[in-house]
Amino acid sequence: MKLHEYQAKQLFASVGIPIPRGQVANTPEEAEAAYTALCQPSVNVKAQVHAGGRGKAGGVLVAASAVQAAEQAKRLLGTRLVTKQTGPQGLPVSAVLIDERVEMAAERYLALTIDRFHARPLLLASAKGGMDIEEVAASEPGAIAREPIDLATGLQPAQVSGLVEALGVPADLAETARGVVKSLWELFVSHDASLIEINPLVVTARSTDGRLLALDAKVIIDDNALFRHPDLAAMRDSTQEHPIEWKAGQIGIAYVGLEGTIGCLVNGAGLAMATNDIIKLCGGEPANFLDVGGGANVEQVTNAFSIILEDARVKAILVNIFGGIMRCDWVAQGLLNATRTLNVRVPIVVRLQGTNVEEGRRLLTEARHLNLISVDELEAAAQRAVELARR
Amino acid sequence: MSILVGKDTRVLVQGITGQAGAFHTERMLEYKTPVVGGVTPGKGGTAIHGVPVFNTVRAAVEATAANATAIFVPAKYTFEAIQEAIETRIPLIVVITEGVPTLDMLKVRQRLKGTSIRLIGPNCPGLITPGQCKVGIMPGYIHKPGTIGVLSRSGTLTYDAVYQLTQAGLGQSTCIGIGGDPVLGSSFADLLALFQADQGTEAVVLIGEIGGTEEEEATAYIRGHLTKPVFAFVAGRMAPKEKRMGHAGAIVAGGKGTAAEKIEVLRASGVTVIDSPAAIGRSVAQALRRPTPSSR
Repeated sequence: MKLHEYQAKQLFASVGIPIPRGQVANTPEEAEAAYTALCQPSVNVKAQVHAGGRGKAGGVLVAASAVQAAEQAKRLLGTRLVTKQTGPQGLPVSAVLIDERVEMAAERYLALTIDRFHARPLLLASAKGGMDIEEVAASEPGAIAREPIDLATGLQPAQVSGLVEALGVPADLAETARGVVKSLWELFVSHDASLIEINPLVVTARSTDGRLLALDAKVIIDDNALFRHPDLAAMRDSTQEHPIEWKAGQIGIAYVGLEGTIGCLVNGAGLAMATNDIIKLCGGEPANFLDVGGGANVEQVTNAFSIILEDARVKAILVNIFGGIMRCDWVAQGLLNATRTLNVRVPIVVRLQGTNVEEGRRLLTEARHLNLISVDELEAAAQRAVELARR
Repeated sequence: MSILVGKDTRVLVQGITGQAGAFHTERMLEYKTPVVGGVTPGKGGTAIHGVPVFNTVRAAVEATAANATAIFVPAKYTFEAIQEAIETRIPLIVVITEGVPTLDMLKVRQRLKGTSIRLIGPNCPGLITPGQCKVGIMPGYIHKPGTIGVLSRSGTLTYDAVYQLTQAGLGQSTCIGIGGDPVLGSSFADLLALFQADQGTEAVVLIGEIGGTEEEEATAYIRGHLTKPVFAFVAGRMAPKEKRMGHAGAIVAGGKGTAAEKIEVLRASGVTVIDSPAAIGRSVAQALRRPTPSSR
């Protein structure tokens, strides 16, 4: 689960990571009040969306008076911000963060991620902050220091020193930087984070105050751990999620919208990905990834159909079920009920395999439902769906 | 021959009185797998499907000499359940449960270091040595005893692949679902080493998917040590970046973990990569076609 920048900064503040003076606002009036409360000559008005690239996309505006803060907030609130990470639809802006503007002397990078294969957290630090870290990693891998952490012993002082050295902050800020590194680690362990990123971590100009500040903040919390963090779970902003994906997730269906015309209904995530792949191999384009889950019953199959059909681009549906515990005859019954209830108008190609497959196929054939086409082999089924979607 | 489970496996089910635990205990018994005991705190002294239930793993192991455990407890309690199994030194721990927090698995991996305990999963279908022993939730009847080892990050896709192999006349030595989570107990590389050492395994089918570096790490082992042929399918070529595709671990993050990358590395390591998920059985059969006994 992604957090907004302002939420991530609240977490930072709670563990002592220095952040700019700021306040979140949901209305222009609140933005105006925030400006006044901050007592700063000028502020950034930052659109809060779950995506990077906001600055270049016009999602960060400057205000030098309370009235201007309200105006800038008004320009952002209620719009959809399109960045290079959001896709063409963009994401809705329902909050802005009013942050003090600082004069930067240097931009650094600090993050914590998980090395999945070696099963250990990994702290990353670089003097190359403020830019796309993936590009830095590709062009100059040596510019990023990596410290794997042993969970049994925790973050070691020597590792902290190594990371701080890689950050390259002025000597008088080294102690503060050490604190930031340690707090990042603390935050990871106490909040089940799967990613924490500070990019940039800035050193403000000496002529002003020479502080170390987390100017931006990205935090992703492990969804599987939300049960033990009700406070974090409450921070979820479902408006930032794809509406169909969100709706599907609420009823235990994993759905990801794609760009094509062939809707997919599959049991199991691996098989669902493979089904998308085979459609492409057969010359078609899948409209979605959909894993209906292990215990798919009639109700769940009906739900899955209605979710697929919310995408108006769908011209045909490919159902691919490998019956294990879930018997093919139950699935067939579910398909028949669902198509009747929902009055599905697009053709549905059904490939059933596994437990009670003969009975399942018999039910489909005998129903003589014009829209339901049973095809035994996966490749042939995918080809059929591709043909039907072209009509 | 086989790896990890076989005729001498004695299975414990943790969470045996839960819905999934009870249901799959019955299926494992139907497959003639000796499920010798179950654990549910507070339900000790009872029995389910004729299997005695104990309050603790220790009591269950003392009474039944179980040497493998299948964990079906809810994700909230899985860490404690694994912990109990590790403390009791059960040599094989199979975690079926989906939704275990990553931090819990990091701690588990820490605790497994320096032990000889093998953990499979979490979020996996388990493992099966056809005709001998099934520790998990896969449909038993699609399997057939034979010489192909199967390793996979998926569930139903594995069933489909196994069924294709069986239909093509290729039985399996052991089939293992390693799980769909980001942090797993056993890697492809770990288990490839066991298949390499197993005389009953002739070739291995690897079913990978997007996310992480599991397949890439496997190729390091394949290049240096594996003499048996490996066939692979990688799911998720069509998956968009930064989207979780059903499995917690199936995500292209920071531009890393795409199917294309994995396929390239596998091919470069001499693995036969199969493009179509429908062609797994026939591709392996064609490649392994040996002279018939009469023509030898």
